[in-house]
Amino acid sequence: MTNVLLIIFAMSLIYLSIANRLMSYVKILAFQGILLFGVSFIELGEMNPLNLGFILFETIVFKTIAVPLFLKYVIHHNEITREAEPFVPHFISLIVVTTIVVVTFLLSNTIEDVQLNKVYFVAALSALFTGLYIIGTRKKILTHVMGFLVIENGVFILSLAVGNEMPMLLNTGILLDLFITVLLLGIFVNKIGDVLKDVDVDQLRKLKD
Amino acid sequence: MTIPYLIGAIAIAISLFFNRNKIMNYSLVAIFLLFQWVFTIYEYNHQNIVEFDYFLPDALGILLLVTISIIAVPAFYHSYVFFTKNEDNPRNRAMYYASMVVLIFALSLAYLSNHIAVTWIFVEMTTLSASALIYHRRNVRTLEGTWKYIFVCSISITFVFIGILFLSIAVQEVGDNNLTFASLLNRASGLDIFWLRLAFIFIFTGYTAKIGLVPMYTAGIDAKDKAPSPAGALLSSVLMNVGFVGIFRFYEIIAQTTLHSWANNIIMISAVLSIFIATVYMIKVKNIKRMFAYSSIEHMGIVMLGIAAGGIGYYAAILHIILHSFVKSGLFFQMGQIYRTFNSKSIYDVGNYFKYNLTGAMVVLLGFISATAMPPSGLFVSEFLIFRSLFEAHYLFVLIFVLLLLTIIIWAFGKNIFKLLFTPAVGFKDENIEKIKPYESISQFILFGLVVYLGINPPHQMVELINEAVKNLPL
Repeated sequence: MTNVLLIIFAMSLIYLSIANRLMSYVKILAFQGILLFGVSFIELGEMNPLNLGFILFETIVFKTIAVPLFLKYVIHHNEITREAEPFVPHFISLIVVTTIVVVTFLLSNTIEDVQLNKVYFVAALSALFTGLYIIGTRKKILTHVMGFLVIENGVFILSLAVGNEMPMLLNTGILLDLFITVLLLGIFVNKIGDVLKDVDVDQLRKLKD
Repeated sequence: MTIPYLIGAIAIAISLFFNRNKIMNYSLVAIFLLFQWVFTIYEYNHQNIVEFDYFLPDALGILLLVTISIIAVPAFYHSYVFFTKNEDNPRNRAMYYASMVVLIFALSLAYLSNHIAVTWIFVEMTTLSASALIYHRRNVRTLEGTWKYIFVCSISITFVFIGILFLSIAVQEVGDNNLTFASLLNRASGLDIFWLRLAFIFIFTGYTAKIGLVPMYTAGIDAKDKAPSPAGALLSSVLMNVGFVGIFRFYEIIAQTTLHSWANNIIMISAVLSIFIATVYMIKVKNIKRMFAYSSIEHMGIVMLGIAAGGIGYYAAILHIILHSFVKSGLFFQMGQIYRTFNSKSIYDVGNYFKYNLTGAMVVLLGFISATAMPPSGLFVSEFLIFRSLFEAHYLFVLIFVLLLLTIIIWAFGKNIFKLLFTPAVGFKDENIEKIKPYESISQFILFGLVVYLGINPPHQMVELINEAVKNLPL
């Protein structure tokens, strides 16, 4: 079952590469939150209830509800235009993200490890590189944040893969996740939105040599 | 004493934040400095005793802890000068001092931490406090600098976390979940090569944002430029050291395995590219503060060359990183005075500094000699040793290429510094420029003097500490 969820997660990354509107990005992020909830619910069944509750709280309340709502609020509050405005055509993005998934899949086949479920490895690394790709090719600051959130989802999956034996590490990762997301979103996107009228990276070209 | 120190420092930071009274602020800062020194001396006298499971004052930690405690004193003094010259609202001032206290204690504890995840947590704290310092002036440009810094550092800190996760997979296979550096060092040869390799790539890439190497160096440059000079001094010296600590401690583990020469190659590529990029920008850059920041990139590249070359290079690298902290912080403290005289950082607007501020100009000249590693600067000794180690390790082409780049850097650095010192600026009106008191430069002279002294005649305690810090590395 977790395999199915993780494969759907990888597919959502491919959809992310061709999504055109900011709101579709937000919806995909919310959907990924639900997927992560499912994975952690099934995978971490035998964990102690407190830890499990904490993880489930993060995925369902934070990743699925709070962050998407906040992103929606930021989009409306700052009157950000609806298109994601990538620098490259969607077709190329599609090819690149598919290549990322395929390459991580091939890489995972070289691992001879009984402990690690390879599907986790593929989903996590694809999310990481897709997030970096989105940051590199999209114009808006908000899409950069969304790319970062995709990376965070990847890290979450990876920490689930090792989390059964090391709950402390998993909790640290989640705390980091909560913390940085709140910081990045809460303080800065709003602040930048208040100071700079149109929030895209062209406004951030003043510091250079 | 680490946990009492942590609690005390947090308490001081919180009371600084909520207490906007000027006298209260400065007395709290004085208490913190005293506390920092008591802590440093205590840890120096209790070396190699594990404290609270997660902290171990080993040789490297002690060396860098003493460095930060020395630099913290002038940093707070110059911050005081900064606030007497810039009328600022009490809220911003309180925020500034609170962040600086957080930055210093987070760095101190990151140096001493013995657990890979604990180091990581304190490095994360340095990102937060440093961004508050960068955002101090609260305008569009500082906002841009802060945003870039937070964003790049967040991604790189995530990279480090991924590296730690990979490392933990390797550790689980051996059957013990202990992630302290000491235990990892003992079990290093038994760990799985594949996971270690992935872990090293991610951890190295992540920490390059702090140490200032290719590929993640970019954000640090803007940060040092936009932060107030005393904060910039911390950012370009002790904050870079924390990246070094992160990389070095993991490199010690890698060095015990068959991946050693592979890791050396990675470090070598990153270091040479960093020096190359520093050279390119040093030629092009028109902003003196940014030029100092690029010079830091160059020095970190040299340090990593020493690590990759091995042999005497290990010793020299640690000597170099300590001396570089003193030189660069001295130059940044002086930058504050240059800005007060000319009200600009651009090379086109400054000039004839000898006429306006004789003492300050002497500092700049001495700083130039120290930073470009000309004798009698201590950096000359360490750079010479690093080049010798490169020669001995048969990296001849790397050595020639780096020496060539360093020559260009000295030329570019000198061109700008001599323009600042001697050539009058076009259209500069010197009627009502501020007279800067000579005693404001004393701390810079002491720092540069320390560099000469420690380089040429290092006290035997320091030599022993450095030798102990590198004792785990194979020759």
